[in-house]
Amino acid sequence: MTATGTYTPKPGAAPSGRMIAAQAALETKMLLRNGEQLLLTVVIPTLLLVLFSSVDIVDTGAGEAVDFLTPGILALAVMSTAFTGQAIATGFERRYGVLKRLAASPLPRWGLMTAKTASVLVTEILQIVLLTVIAFALGWDPQGNPLAVLLLLILGTAAFSGLGLLMAGTLKAEATLAAANLVFLLLLVGGGVIVPLDKFPSGAQDVLGLLPISALSDGLRDVLQHGAGMPWGDLGILAVWAVVGLAAAGKFFRWE
Amino acid sequence: MRSEPVVQVQALVKRYGTKTAVDGLDLVARAGVTAVLGPNGAGKTTTVETCEGYRRPDSGTVRVLGLDPVRQSRELHTRIGVMLQSGGVYSGARADEMLRHVAKLHAHPLDVDALIERLGLGSCGRTTYRRLSGGQQQRLALAMAVVGRPELVFLDEPTAGLDPQARHATWDLIRDLRADGVSVILTTHHMDEAEQLADDVAIIDAGRVIAQGSPEELCKGGAENTLRFTGRPGLDVGSLLKALPADCTAAELTPGSYRVGGKVDPQLLATVTSWCAQHGVMPEKISVERHTLEDVFLELTGKELRS
Repeated sequence: MTATGTYTPKPGAAPSGRMIAAQAALETKMLLRNGEQLLLTVVIPTLLLVLFSSVDIVDTGAGEAVDFLTPGILALAVMSTAFTGQAIATGFERRYGVLKRLAASPLPRWGLMTAKTASVLVTEILQIVLLTVIAFALGWDPQGNPLAVLLLLILGTAAFSGLGLLMAGTLKAEATLAAANLVFLLLLVGGGVIVPLDKFPSGAQDVLGLLPISALSDGLRDVLQHGAGMPWGDLGILAVWAVVGLAAAGKFFRWE
Repeated sequence: MRSEPVVQVQALVKRYGTKTAVDGLDLVARAGVTAVLGPNGAGKTTTVETCEGYRRPDSGTVRVLGLDPVRQSRELHTRIGVMLQSGGVYSGARADEMLRHVAKLHAHPLDVDALIERLGLGSCGRTTYRRLSGGQQQRLALAMAVVGRPELVFLDEPTAGLDPQARHATWDLIRDLRADGVSVILTTHHMDEAEQLADDVAIIDAGRVIAQGSPEELCKGGAENTLRFTGRPGLDVGSLLKALPADCTAAELTPGSYRVGGKVDPQLLATVTSWCAQHGVMPEKISVERHTLEDVFLELTGKELRS
């Protein structure tokens, strides 16, 4: 064998921004290519919004059903991407050694986590655009302060990401898959997404109201349906979940 | 050529619970290709993964390119290439997509299309990783290890499960890497792979290096060689033995098949053939067998390499 110079060492990391952008683009592409993930993040929220807005199955209280439902469905969309989708995807990345392999690449861990967050945010923007367009077509009439909505969505994303990563980084991939779907279903029913919390017994209401999904859907509803200012109580609950979830994920996450 | 070591491991100990995977291992690898040879469970992967920064030593020191793999992992990971024993790719990613992605994480990557062509990954097309054959998955992992133009690559069983053609393609790439000044540490349990590729071989068993040297040195250092010939059955082995130097052995293994053990050199060969001539024996097949790494390994450990 003679030296050709093709493989002559010339190591070096790409600039951090380029690495993170590439990683976020790939993760988003993987998510959009995955049929089960699309079912969770796009098909189910869209169907629920259309179905329950047009058919009077659940008593959503006074006012148009779509005005009650849209904030709940937006909360569900955030949960489906930041929690369920991220937990399942990350669980299998861990299982198939993707996280392990990337750990030996020039991309630092904080870069990988930044890229995951960016990918979640991009997906959420796509979901929110789609769901908003559909809601407007169904006669949605949103109220309130957009800044409050943005703050709720960001804190909700942080809270669900922490919990999703905690699950993905500690359980087996199959257990994460099962548990993340189960939690999605339970919180869909018991988190004020399509069924108002006041339909539950009052003792249960107090507990359910502390869940991140309830805080997010309740906060979004206060603002978008009732035109409230800053829903500080719900923001506080989400902030606590975000801090606890992200700290626990940071402490207990196992990369292999 | 005794350059600075690329890998220096001293008294490495690594335990998993009560099981000691690596038990006071010392290893020095220099520029070129170093093969880490040993049976399954010998501690090869644990040693390599400690060098890659995945595992924290329970005791002992590890330096790779002069860096501490745990505390200086950022710098190390820009300079090395890693091929894991399996996995490492998004199950829904296509081969070219994943390789292009890893290339984007590096400042001066190889030409991805040329690498795809070279390793025959072009035929993977739009197939996603989970549907690729085992050989295609292996070659993709190899491509990912070299695409960033590293100084040193770690290949953990790079040819496990490959067909002979793919195996030779992998060997050719490793030779080209070496020729261009890339150092390679590879684990294997195929002695022929080590003999073909390695400048230096470290034999590991039960978490320790039990022998290290060039393939030639290791084979020379082993027991003595063997000369075999066939002739008519029932020759007088005692008479042959008297003609041979004192420390040699001779035996008729099966009727008509003879083995002479000892220091096999041209003089010994001449002694055997002249004894045959004196006794009117035509040695029909005559062969000299060099000791292989496999024999060396068997002698050192009493175990088969591929156990």
